[in-house]
Order: sequence, then C-alpha cells, then structure tokens
Amino acid sequence: MSESVVLKKTPLHSEHVRLGAKMVDFGGWDMPIQYKEGILSEHKIVREDIGIFDVSHMGEINVKGEQALEFCEYLVTNSIKTMKFGEICYTLMCMEDGGIVDDLLVYKIDNKYALLVVNASNVEKDYEWIKKQSENFDVKVENVSDYYAQIALQGPNSEKLIENLCSVVLEDIGFYHFEMGRINGIQAIISRTGYTGEDGFEFYVEKDAAIPLWRKLLELGAKPAGLGSRDLLRFEACYMLYGNEINSDITPLEAGLKWAVDLEKNFVGSKTLVAQKNEGLSRKLRGLEVIEKGGIPRHGNRILTGGEEIGFVTTGNKSPSAGKVVALGYIPSGYKLGDEVDIEIRENKTVKAKVIKTPFYRGSVKSKKK
Amino acid sequence: MKKYTSSHEWVEVDGKIATIGITDHAQEKLGDIVYVDLPAVDTDISKGDTLCSVESVKAASDVFSPVSGTITESNSELDGTPETINSSAEADGWIVRISLSDPSEIDSLLSREEYEKICEEE
Repeated sequence: MSESVVLKKTPLHSEHVRLGAKMVDFGGWDMPIQYKEGILSEHKIVREDIGIFDVSHMGEINVKGEQALEFCEYLVTNSIKTMKFGEICYTLMCMEDGGIVDDLLVYKIDNKYALLVVNASNVEKDYEWIKKQSENFDVKVENVSDYYAQIALQGPNSEKLIENLCSVVLEDIGFYHFEMGRINGIQAIISRTGYTGEDGFEFYVEKDAAIPLWRKLLELGAKPAGLGSRDLLRFEACYMLYGNEINSDITPLEAGLKWAVDLEKNFVGSKTLVAQKNEGLSRKLRGLEVIEKGGIPRHGNRILTGGEEIGFVTTGNKSPSAGKVVALGYIPSGYKLGDEVDIEIRENKTVKAKVIKTPFYRGSVKSKKK
Repeated sequence: MKKYTSSHEWVEVDGKIATIGITDHAQEKLGDIVYVDLPAVDTDISKGDTLCSVESVKAASDVFSPVSGTITESNSELDGTPETINSSAEADGWIVRISLSDPSEIDSLLSREEYEKICEEE
C-alpha cells in the first residue's frame, strides 16, 4: 500500500482548478504549473502585458521586538541598518560554513518589526533556524505563513492596471519598496517586487481576502500565469532558485551574490565568507549559451572540458525572450566570456556552449532606487 | 489506419513506409514543445530503440520507435517550428518516416480504441 501525501493548498486553490490549471506538487503544495494557454503564452503575457501568479505558498516570518533589526543584521548577509523604513532587501541566510540556508526578502517595517519572506519549501527549516539564531536577542520570531495569501502582479502594464484600485500612489513606490495600504478595499502590503524581471507588484493580504482580489485582477484584464512560466521568467532574468542555483553547499559569493553580502559586518557565516573572498573562489555561477544543435541543458547535467568533469548545470532552457538555448551552471573561476565548454545533455551526448554575460534578458523592472 | 503504442507514439503505414509521431495526448502532457532532436536519415533502428528526444519547456522526453527499419526521412520543418507538434501532433507534426524491415510488427501495435483506454487509465 502506498502512503499518499496530503498536499497543502493555497487559499486560491479552487480558483486554479476552476480555471482549468494543471496542478503539480511543488515543495508539498498543490500548485498550478500552467493554465489552459500554456507556459510560453503565459511567459509572453508577463513580458508584454500583465500576468498574475498565486505565490501564497511563500513563507512569511515576523521578527518583532526591541532588537528586531539588530537581530536581522546578524541573521542575514545584506546590510539592514542602511535600509530606510518602507524598503525591502534581497538577502541570504548562511550557515557558519557559508552554505546558504535560504534566500529571502527583508521588509523593514519599523524599528521593532521586520517581515521576512522565505521560500515555500524551506519555511519550517528557516523558522527553526531563525529561532535558534535568535536565542541571545530580545526578539519574538513568529511563523505567520498561514495568515497571508500572496499574489504577484507582473508585467510592464501592471501599474496602470491597478492605479485606481489602490489607496496609495503607486508611482511613489520605488523598486524594492513597499507601502501598507488598501487594494480593492482590502488591507495589504503593496510591494514593488517580483521574480520575473518585469515591473510589477506583490500583494500580501489576509488569506480570506485572496479570492476577491484575484478575481478583481482577472476581471481588469490580468491573465493567470503558473509556476512553469514563473520559472522560465526568473531564469531569463537570472534570479536564483533555491535547490537549483543555491543550496547549503554553495556560498553567496560563488553564486555571484556578493552585491547582497555586506562583508564589513558581523553575521552568521561572515568569517567564512571573508576568508573565501580573500582566498579567491574556486568556482562561480556563470551564464552559458549552447552554440550547437542537440538539445537543451537541464538541471544536474554535467559540464565537461576535454571529457573531464568541471561543473554542473543548475538550470537550462530555451529562452523565448533571448531567442537562444541558455543555461546557468557552476564552472571553475577563470573562465572568460566566450570560452567554450561541453554540456552533457544525455548519456554520451554533449553540446558545445560558450560563457556569456548574465542576465540573459532584461525586462521592464525599474532600476533600484537608493 | 493509424496504430498506437502504450508509450504514446502513433504509426501510419503506406506500403512499406511507416510515418511516426507522438500522439495528441502526449503533446498535451508535455506542454509547449521547443526542440526536437531529429534523428539522421539512413539510420537503422530496431523496435523499442530511442528514436529521438522531444523537449518541452518543462523536460526532455524520449520517443521510442514502434517498428524496426531504416529512417528514410525526418520532418525538418520541426527544426524551425517544433510547436507544430502541439498544434498538429498526428498530422503535420510527424517526426520520421521509416522503411519497414518487418511489416508484421505493425499487427502487434494498439488500435485507437485500445490506446484511448490506456490514456483514460493513466
């Protein structure tokens, strides 16, 4: 007898089923990988117009208390004290050995309150990790993932679609900034963030408010988009996916995330990362373009040169926006743009690829306001 | 008349030549197809061998040869427009033609009814 695993459902699950989505197990959640139109159509809609994603599976963790910000400074790699209130930063949590626990967003709400948004598949692990690190701080750590639903509105026309729906002036919200306000009459955190490379917003609302908001956005003309297109969009923009580009065996410096690490401050893993920077990296995440026919590199494919293994592919696909077959993968430091490697796409079958610049595509996302 | 396999290929025989592709059910499962690794003409192939790989945005999927013989033609249209398999899996989206070395192999393939039953049970 096989044991069936009960998958978790977001507050929008019934909406996905109603829309005819193909549902898949994603980190223990029953999520839409695509709707009727398919991944490429959904990808195009987000690049050219507006798509909406249910990202309610993401985890939210409150850090509150006298030392909330001081603790976040110690917990994550990026600088928290240089952020303004109402600002968001992309950052990482590392172990003492520099390996990545997760990547996350920190919302700096006030001097006693930060909201951390973490990956769905890591929520429990992250919550335990954060609680453990907080032992010597005067803070309360609370997993509020079940309280929030999260909807991402993504695409160049996002702002126009909702400008009359929000109580706040969207123009005033810069990239990686947020405001507490109302959308469609519902209390929400309105955040100019996303995972597609396009301009757009993410709304955190109380879970019972999710369906009315979802339906309103569809009614206004946004098209539903699933995790399949989301993965393709984030890949083209070269955003990290935990479990692919980053994991507990990889450090932020190897992943090219030095911009999200403040090596001047003390945080969990900082000693190791400073040492790694001083010694130099042995491998780095690089962009690769396949330059001959034969197939598409996939997660886990080996990267070779002269038949010898030198690295591995973290994600690969045919990029509709870049119009070429591309991959991200770890290879030894020292490879220059244009240098060639072989990717083993199947047993005994390799294709040639060359090192290229990342990201593979730049969308409408606004440049970061400082 | 078309015949089918449980691994979701279709075969249509005209004299000694079999035209082969993947079924509409298979393309539906795979989603958007973005690449077909077409096999070389004149390759000898045995029933059950991997004929080629069809890649969707999600994953690569092997296509198995339902028959034995020699590849006489591959659908080069699929090089530029692999999405033809999505729009017309069982007609314009054919993948290869094979000159049969053992035409009796056709008899053991599935009828439309038998194939549909397998799809329903999946």
